Amino acid sequence: MTPATNILLALATPLIGAVLIVAAHRVPNVRESVTMVTASVLFLLVASLTPLVLAGERPEVTLLEMMPGLSLKFKVEPLGMLFGLIASGLWIVNSLYSIGYMRANDEQHQTRFYVCFAGALASAIGIAFAGNLLTLFVFYEALTLITYPLVTHAGTEDAKRAGRVYLGLLVGTSIGFLLVAMVWIWHLTGTVDFQPGGILLGKAGNATVGVLLALCVFGIGKAALMPFHRWLPAAMVAPTPVSALLHAVAVVKAGVFSVLKVIIYIFGVGEIAGLKSVDWLPFFAGFTIIVASVIALRSDNLKRRLAYSTVSQLSYVVLAAALLTPLSIVGAALHIATHAVGKITLFFAAGAIYTAAHKTEVSQLNGIGRRMPWTMGAFTVGALSLIGIPPAAGFVSKWFIISGAIDGGHYLALGVLIASTLLNAAYFLPIVHAAFFRAPDAGGHEHGEAPWPMVVALSITAAMTIALFFFADLPLRLVSQLVGMRYGQ
Amino acid sequence: MISQHFPILQVVLPLIAAPVIILLRNGRAAWLLATTVSWVSLIIALALLEQVSAGGVISYAIGSWPPPWGIEYRIDQVNAFLLVLVSLIAAVVSVYSRASVDAELPREQHYLFYAMFALCLAGLLGIAATGDAFNLFVFLEISSLSSYVLIALGRDRRALMAAYQYLVMGTIGATFYIIGVGLLYLMTGTLNMADMAHRLSGVAEVKPVLAALAFITVGICLKLALFPLHLWLPNAYAYAPSAVTAFLAATATKVSVYVLLRFYFSVFGASAIFLALPMGQILLVLSLAAMFIASTVAIFQSDIKRMFAYSSVAQIGYITLGISFDSATGLTAGIVHLFNHALTKGALFMLLGCFALRLGRVSFSDIGGIARVMPVTAFGIVLGGLSLIGVPGTVGFVSKWYLVLAALESGQWWIALAIVLSSLLAVVYVWRFVEVAYFHQPDAKLAKLKEARLEMLVPAWLMIAACIYFGLDAELTVSGAAQAAATLLQGVR
Repeated sequence: MTPATNILLALATPLIGAVLIVAAHRVPNVRESVTMVTASVLFLLVASLTPLVLAGERPEVTLLEMMPGLSLKFKVEPLGMLFGLIASGLWIVNSLYSIGYMRANDEQHQTRFYVCFAGALASAIGIAFAGNLLTLFVFYEALTLITYPLVTHAGTEDAKRAGRVYLGLLVGTSIGFLLVAMVWIWHLTGTVDFQPGGILLGKAGNATVGVLLALCVFGIGKAALMPFHRWLPAAMVAPTPVSALLHAVAVVKAGVFSVLKVIIYIFGVGEIAGLKSVDWLPFFAGFTIIVASVIALRSDNLKRRLAYSTVSQLSYVVLAAALLTPLSIVGAALHIATHAVGKITLFFAAGAIYTAAHKTEVSQLNGIGRRMPWTMGAFTVGALSLIGIPPAAGFVSKWFIISGAIDGGHYLALGVLIASTLLNAAYFLPIVHAAFFRAPDAGGHEHGEAPWPMVVALSITAAMTIALFFFADLPLRLVSQLVGMRYGQ
Repeated sequence: MISQHFPILQVVLPLIAAPVIILLRNGRAAWLLATTVSWVSLIIALALLEQVSAGGVISYAIGSWPPPWGIEYRIDQVNAFLLVLVSLIAAVVSVYSRASVDAELPREQHYLFYAMFALCLAGLLGIAATGDAFNLFVFLEISSLSSYVLIALGRDRRALMAAYQYLVMGTIGATFYIIGVGLLYLMTGTLNMADMAHRLSGVAEVKPVLAALAFITVGICLKLALFPLHLWLPNAYAYAPSAVTAFLAATATKVSVYVLLRFYFSVFGASAIFLALPMGQILLVLSLAAMFIASTVAIFQSDIKRMFAYSSVAQIGYITLGISFDSATGLTAGIVHLFNHALTKGALFMLLGCFALRLGRVSFSDIGGIARVMPVTAFGIVLGGLSLIGVPGTVGFVSKWYLVLAALESGQWWIALAIVLSSLLAVVYVWRFVEVAYFHQPDAKLAKLKEARLEMLVPAWLMIAACIYFGLDAELTVSGAAQAAATLLQGVR
């Protein structure tokens, strides 16, 4: 199998899976098996490309020419490789979790749910492997549309309203800003290809680069940079597995991944470093980090707290990318991975608490750790990772981002990172403390852990969070290629 | 060789079919003949496009009277493209129309419907094919008169009023056009458009010529429903029979856009009207007004057909916006959107016809939860709506790409922003449909309905499939439009 067919198969697998899921809609056990098998096959296909990319190859394939000179094409480079591995790998775990959650909560329209999930993964892989900005845009929009039925899954008035915010902000920013930026780049350079070192050097002046960067960064609404972040908390109306995979991994990570990809391969890190017109971005990112953390601190609803925590953590990636130093770029790329495993664990835990104990508010969680030790143990691991305490994965990426900030002399960014670490601790540690050390409130009903598939899933992601600390080698080898560093030398 | 006579056969076949249908007086036979003629027209149009691509402009002298004395049919890249579009839509709609007309019209009117349909097709193809300004007027009237009848056939009594409104406006438009042509004839002594263009280059600045330009512009803009001359359109589209709306929405305004292009670039082109008069600016302002105002009005409609009719007015704004840039990219954008929008709106109105088949009227209050009972139709409308928004993977995205590119090339970045902002208005009205169709429980009356008949769904979905195919692989349409644009600009430079 050539790498080109491998890429196309990876894109086709979730779609074939979706068709099979529809075909098997009458037999839930077969349907869920199809999901699990599809997810596993996808992961193997993606993983089989990894050695090539590590060896420095960049397999590519052109699917079709959409408009003269503008193709849909795919090219696997280290950053996309990393994102593809995370999205497809966590889909397996998430499918396991979904089975437990959807059955235990007796959700409706389960077939539609699994079909849209598969479609979302196909879009995420398309984004990960996109060889040019046009391809990225096509799959970015596809991801928004295919996740709309997931966000509005409940079909209630609330879900409908949340769907409006979700779609309005994501489609509004992407068509309103990103499309214009893309056509503008095409007009200036005659290409939209992702190339190391960017494509704008010598083609666009200082001011133009600044405007284009703004159009790109705000146009990628999935990165949830303030003031275009509201869709993320709104989307929490969705069932928890959706929040977990889409709003901790596929959708939001597609956002920050796109930002990072555009900065590295369209603008060029070294090429725009030091330009006066791009130095505003760290302030916006820093502002988002702090403000979102404060909102998270003040939210009693657990999922809302996690949502704002996500908004804040996404801006870590944007901030790190905006610092434009090699170390911070490595940190940004790593943070996509480390935050993904940590946050999905937290969401899994929140869903498990909802399923077993029917509790949604932070203030209801006193003593819950005694009844659900596995769940709350995993929650603790996820929280530690987000705060950045070893031995959890979050420490590694934070280390690189902080090193990058010091390296580039961005002391304000350093201050933001320190303040936000404290805020993270302030909104996560009380939950852990209450769960394990406070006595349960009187009058609560008896319950144990959530159904086993959920507990297994969240234990796996918690283990991954720890493992990524000790075996950060693979992601580091991948992302150090981004900045031309040879890891280990 | 018969292929030499394709230019005239293109027009004459449907023209002859109309009286034959009247003689047949049988609804089923009438449908069969109209459908056959539409498909034969499509084959001829494709053959003509092939001939033009291979051998350049075709000039056909009617009755062997050589131009400029006789009537000349002149097929180049521009109208060959349009002939394909019109006959393609006619062919698809004719298949669709049988079930739709059976449901919406009383039996004794069926043969009249198909006679008018064939006549309207003949008129539209004639406008596209002819190279003679007066002959164009004749076909304009043929197509207009037949379309008044077609609209008046709608079962809602308001259809009569709508047809009457259109009749008044359409007649004013045609009269203005013929006054303009008369003035031009006065100044040049010829009615052949190519000859006219040649002779005008000497007298471009003369007052009667400028007056002719003004009359023709207003007359044609009435027919193509450029804002604020669009007032006839929403009612006409809303109350006409479903098949008529689908056919007219996809073809009539598009053919009028072609006439505008032909006069601006081929006839007046050499006299540089875009430099002598602020035609570009006027078109630009009116197009922007159409895009924003009509889209906003569309959001507040309760009748879905009216909503998409207002959306058509807005989309025509995109086409004329492309023309107003007076550049190769701008014209390409306009022409490609002409094609793309014809596909999209044709499909949408055909699908709305599927609702009408089951429901009678299609207003938002009647279709709550319809996606559960007619999922195929509803999902088709969602896809068509995505194309209106300009989501990548649909034809609407291709149009938007070239429009934004043309705006940036002209150095007016704010127009680029205006284009994308107005397409966000489309999100609002399309999503209004999505929410009503998908988030409500169907009421008892609705729950008993069945999915529309296959013979309607298949043609409609073919158009939707074309919207997606040409959205993913726009090589054919874009290069066709680019060649047409180049042909038009040859007259200018």
